[in-house]
Amino acid sequence: MMPGPRRDRIVGLIVSYALLISVAAVFLVPLLFMLVASLKPDLDVLAESNSLKAFWPGRLENNYFEAFITSDFTRIFLNSVIITGSVVALGTLINSMAGYALAWVPFKGQRLVLAFVVAMYIVPFQAVAIPLLLFFSGVQIVDTYLVQIIPFIASPFFIYLFYSFFLDLPKELFEAARIDGAGIVRSYVSIALPLIKPALATSAILSFLLIWGGLFWPVMVTRTEASRPITVGLSQVAGMLPTQWGDIMAMSVAISAPILIVFLIFQPAFIRSIASSGLKG
Amino acid sequence: MAVLIAFLAIPFLAAIGLSLTNQRFVSPLPTRFVGLENYTRILEDPRFIHALTNNVVFALIVPAAQTTLGLGLALMVNQRLPGISIFRAIYFAPVVMVLTVVAVVWRLMLAQSGLINAGIGVFSGGSFQLNWLHDPHLAFPAIMIMSIWQNVGFQMILLLAGLQAIPAELYEAGRVDGANAFRQFWHITLPGMRNTLVFVLTVSMISSFSLFDQPYVMTGGGPLDATQTMMLLMVQVGFDEERIGEASAIAVIFFIFVLALALIAQRVGRQRGEMG
Repeated sequence: MMPGPRRDRIVGLIVSYALLISVAAVFLVPLLFMLVASLKPDLDVLAESNSLKAFWPGRLENNYFEAFITSDFTRIFLNSVIITGSVVALGTLINSMAGYALAWVPFKGQRLVLAFVVAMYIVPFQAVAIPLLLFFSGVQIVDTYLVQIIPFIASPFFIYLFYSFFLDLPKELFEAARIDGAGIVRSYVSIALPLIKPALATSAILSFLLIWGGLFWPVMVTRTEASRPITVGLSQVAGMLPTQWGDIMAMSVAISAPILIVFLIFQPAFIRSIASSGLKG
Repeated sequence: MAVLIAFLAIPFLAAIGLSLTNQRFVSPLPTRFVGLENYTRILEDPRFIHALTNNVVFALIVPAAQTTLGLGLALMVNQRLPGISIFRAIYFAPVVMVLTVVAVVWRLMLAQSGLINAGIGVFSGGSFQLNWLHDPHLAFPAIMIMSIWQNVGFQMILLLAGLQAIPAELYEAGRVDGANAFRQFWHITLPGMRNTLVFVLTVSMISSFSLFDQPYVMTGGGPLDATQTMMLLMVQVGFDEERIGEASAIAVIFFIFVLALALIAQRVGRQRGEMG
């Protein structure tokens, strides 16, 4: 017989893990279901989705080949890569420069501009989408990459994020750089930027998630597969009858895989970044 | 800065302006000022009533459920156990997933002969054939359940940070005074988390009003407008039906809700001391 307290501890551990594991199942089941379904023939996906066979690929079918080779999914996937890559790169550059200017480059009306940035943070993109749509139709660049990139480069949230990170840097650092003859650009690139890596990571991760998964704006501004991103492509394929569930699940896995892999590698940075925002509901 | 003005400030003023005109996408008639006509027309549109009701119901139920469940999850993953960070990552994983993908997978799971009905059947011993997304009474609850599942990990992480910020001495003092686990939770944990809880709740309530992806992918707003939302309707009216004036009116009403919630959150935050 084990002594009482030790036995209680072991029982407690078993209960804790049992609870942790059963809750984990609630979150993993849909992901596992998606992965297994992506390997099945279309008809088996729905037919087997109400039994344990849902988690076991019986007859296999290479839906990935079908999705990437025989449909325009490859094109759509590349569209998303280009659009997302552009927004992440340009946005991080522009917003960090703006944040730096607000923090360390004195200019006239600085306080006013800062107040304006904070005020703009409250305006959700959805509230300005209709006038923007009208404008982009007017200048005739709907159904392009540009229309999906331009509105998302400058962001008051990221400018403010960079501003507060830059502001926390010690003043002496920039004074020393000035004495050494470094200009504004030099001290931004070689002194300030390397010190705010967490902010750069947050900006990159959040804008990646927002653009890669964005559906609302692309629904309005894309018409053809020349510019259509993965989200619109997937929801269109999912709306066609008869529903090709195997292909759809293969596309879903292909869309999720890059995020999940990056998430697993940079998990702490990822979680920290998302915690610093009110990303989505 | 010019970019911000060009893509946020001016369009927002334009939205207010457009909401007062009869602007169409392509129209033989010249655009003219129509006063509040768009607003009265939108407020009389049964689809808008459905949309607004759904947004409010969502904002009242989903954030509260997510915060409650998120607090439970945060307490679970706050234990010092080997491998706990794996569970933390698993619970958080749906948050980083693309919402469109999650919605498509759930559409399949919610099918009449799908996984969810089978799961309910196993646990209740009966056979269930609920037609979730085609039943006007079940479609919106299904979307709410999916949304809770998808984003509860976000609440968990914020609340976990709040939990860990409570000084350990408080719990020690509680134990010395003979407080059991429940009393410690009620008298130490909850008061210590009040700011975090209010913040998490309001952030989620604000984003409740931009609900779009789930109904767009899963139901298209149907059946019988049972899953209509303001943002979905704005796209339908403004983009599909090309009535820019009315869509702008929806945008302005949407913004008023978001602004009101943000101001309330700020005021509550100031009363309770500083807030994230």
